[in-house]
Amino acid sequence: MSLTDRKLILVTGKGGVGKTTITSGLAYLAAKQGKRVLACEVDAKGDLAAYFESSPTTYKERELSPGLWAMTMDTEDSLREYLSLNLKIPLVFRLGPIARAFDFVANAAPGVKEILIIGKLCWEVRSGNWDLVIVDATATGHIIGHLAAPEAINELIKVGLVRQQTKWMLDILTDPKLTGLAVVTTPEEMPVNETIELASSIGAKTQIDLACVIVNRVLPELFGRSEEEVFDQISSGPGKESLNEVLGVDSSPLLDAARLAVKLRRTGAFHLDRLRSAMGDKSDIIYIPYLFSRSYGMRSVRKISEFLGEELEV
Amino acid sequence: MSRTRQGRNPSVAPGSSGSLDKLLAAKEIVIACGSGGVGKTTTSAAIATMAALEHGGKVLVLTIDPAKRLANAMGLKSVGNQELRVPNEIFTNSSIEMRGELWAAMLDTKESWDSLVRRYAPDQDSAERILANPIYKNFSGRFVQSHDYIAMERLYQLHTEGGYDLIVVDTPPTRNAIDFLEAPERMADFFSSRLLRWLIVPYRSKFINVASKPFYQIADRILGTQFLQDVAEFFMLFQSMYAGFIERARAVSSLLHDRRTTFMVVSTLEAAPLREAEFFIDALGERGYHLGAVILNKVLPEYLKDKGAAKTARTILSKSDQIASELSNQISVDQALLTRVLGEVADSYLNFANVALKEQEQREELAVKPEVLSTVPFFESDIYDLAGLVELGRHIWR
Repeated sequence: MSLTDRKLILVTGKGGVGKTTITSGLAYLAAKQGKRVLACEVDAKGDLAAYFESSPTTYKERELSPGLWAMTMDTEDSLREYLSLNLKIPLVFRLGPIARAFDFVANAAPGVKEILIIGKLCWEVRSGNWDLVIVDATATGHIIGHLAAPEAINELIKVGLVRQQTKWMLDILTDPKLTGLAVVTTPEEMPVNETIELASSIGAKTQIDLACVIVNRVLPELFGRSEEEVFDQISSGPGKESLNEVLGVDSSPLLDAARLAVKLRRTGAFHLDRLRSAMGDKSDIIYIPYLFSRSYGMRSVRKISEFLGEELEV
Repeated sequence: MSRTRQGRNPSVAPGSSGSLDKLLAAKEIVIACGSGGVGKTTTSAAIATMAALEHGGKVLVLTIDPAKRLANAMGLKSVGNQELRVPNEIFTNSSIEMRGELWAAMLDTKESWDSLVRRYAPDQDSAERILANPIYKNFSGRFVQSHDYIAMERLYQLHTEGGYDLIVVDTPPTRNAIDFLEAPERMADFFSSRLLRWLIVPYRSKFINVASKPFYQIADRILGTQFLQDVAEFFMLFQSMYAGFIERARAVSSLLHDRRTTFMVVSTLEAAPLREAEFFIDALGERGYHLGAVILNKVLPEYLKDKGAAKTARTILSKSDQIASELSNQISVDQALLTRVLGEVADSYLNFANVALKEQEQREELAVKPEVLSTVPFFESDIYDLAGLVELGRHIWR
């Protein structure tokens, strides 16, 4: 089953690996396939909208490009919506002081803020308004807390409306046909470590399906083995002298750059090997090449979505 | 929220182009900040190492989540909440003359909170009740904002005890970089708030006032009464420590503004981290903090900006057959293979040159002039050992 055939994709990863870029690319790809897509940014930074060259989004979704809608998560708005839906409290009800008091409780109490986030996302899935809800979720360090919230709430809150609400959320979250977690990483030490840790704890602490690991910014392999031998021959000694003679200039910068490229690729490959052997058959691994030209904005979204399309074979 | 740059520059000495050497000789606290993945932890460790090497004295690096390999590089199996001294042998083993002492500690949020509670609780019994409260457990272990606060609190404690000449702090990876700057004030607000008192009223008296009634009605229906009682108990217990907490949070806040404290913004020249860094620099300026240094990591080498080399690369791409044939006459290599290799070399050069030029432009656009602006070359591999850490340190130190 292809990743984008699910109803809810949660994208996580260590800070700085390109979660928002990948989320944007996936959302754009799904919309291109003719799906009606809602992209949601959880830790609001406004970057997702910026990738689509648009002004920041709000809690109320807005169409960023054809078929692609986006919203920013806001727990206070989520609470207000929840209250109006479940307690029949009209939206005009002034939440002011209650919301602020609630904010204290939500910050301190386990799972309350998280349940408002997860609840809203599941609500959007259940609404049937979207073919796909894709979430630029919290970083690897906090994602388990978010995903385990419905179960944590069950433990802390024994009665009340919230308790009744968690079951249908869990039904959506734990069905691999509906929900998948995508972990973004780069071929570097810490991001790979965090990905490996998350992959082993996600199964232990939640029942959410680890759909795939997406490795971002993979550098190209310069040479095969026989090519590398040739490179060694022309990059030093008499070989280099001949090369300089044919080119009529000093080839050092070119050769140094090639050596740097090979080394960088190798360091990355070392971490990728670790990732592959740790992941085994736990999930698919998808590779997105390093973008040498543009790494920000609509241009990069389109390129990333093309790479994702090829890798996902859609 | 969009991030627009807002004029004011941070408080920096005008026209100065100092060195880290001078800056760290004068400062007692360096707080490293920047977005994730830019090498903040490694940079913090590197400058702490350099300060201990060059200035001597006791230097502590307080880190958040060190890579195992970094801990190993410092000769430490694991770094915990307790400060540990980096053994001198590992310096002598690498033929490095260590004048001072290098210490390292990791921030364990939960443990730090617990010790804070023990210090400020009026008696042993209250302390134990707070520590056992389910809401407190969650608050101290998971409440993200509490990381920010406790990092600054721990720093204050360490500085006040006077055990170190210099403390380098690696800040927690927060989504919103300015959060931890405001953490002490926010924590004070949190505990002194009238709202908080209002929240626990019904659990202290039989009367629920008119204003809070709807809240309790709604909250009861949503969350259940037991849960609200846990919350109320937590705040009631904490109330006994309000005075201590508020005073403490204010002291932490004024330490951050002290002239012995400076901030170091770490970034790479990639677009996203750099925008984050600029935002952070503005935020420091607006709040009147001292910006001591900007460290730009992973900067690509100069030879990638060689115009002649780029021209040669383009020539190779357009005439690769001809060049390969000429070259294969001189050295015995298969011509087709040679064509491919030359093509890859030229293509790769132009790719990396593109990135290098883009990053140079972005660096020039960086508007601020901090006391120290240091660029660190792209190290071709990760830092595995102390020698690597010192090499990185020397690049920044220059």
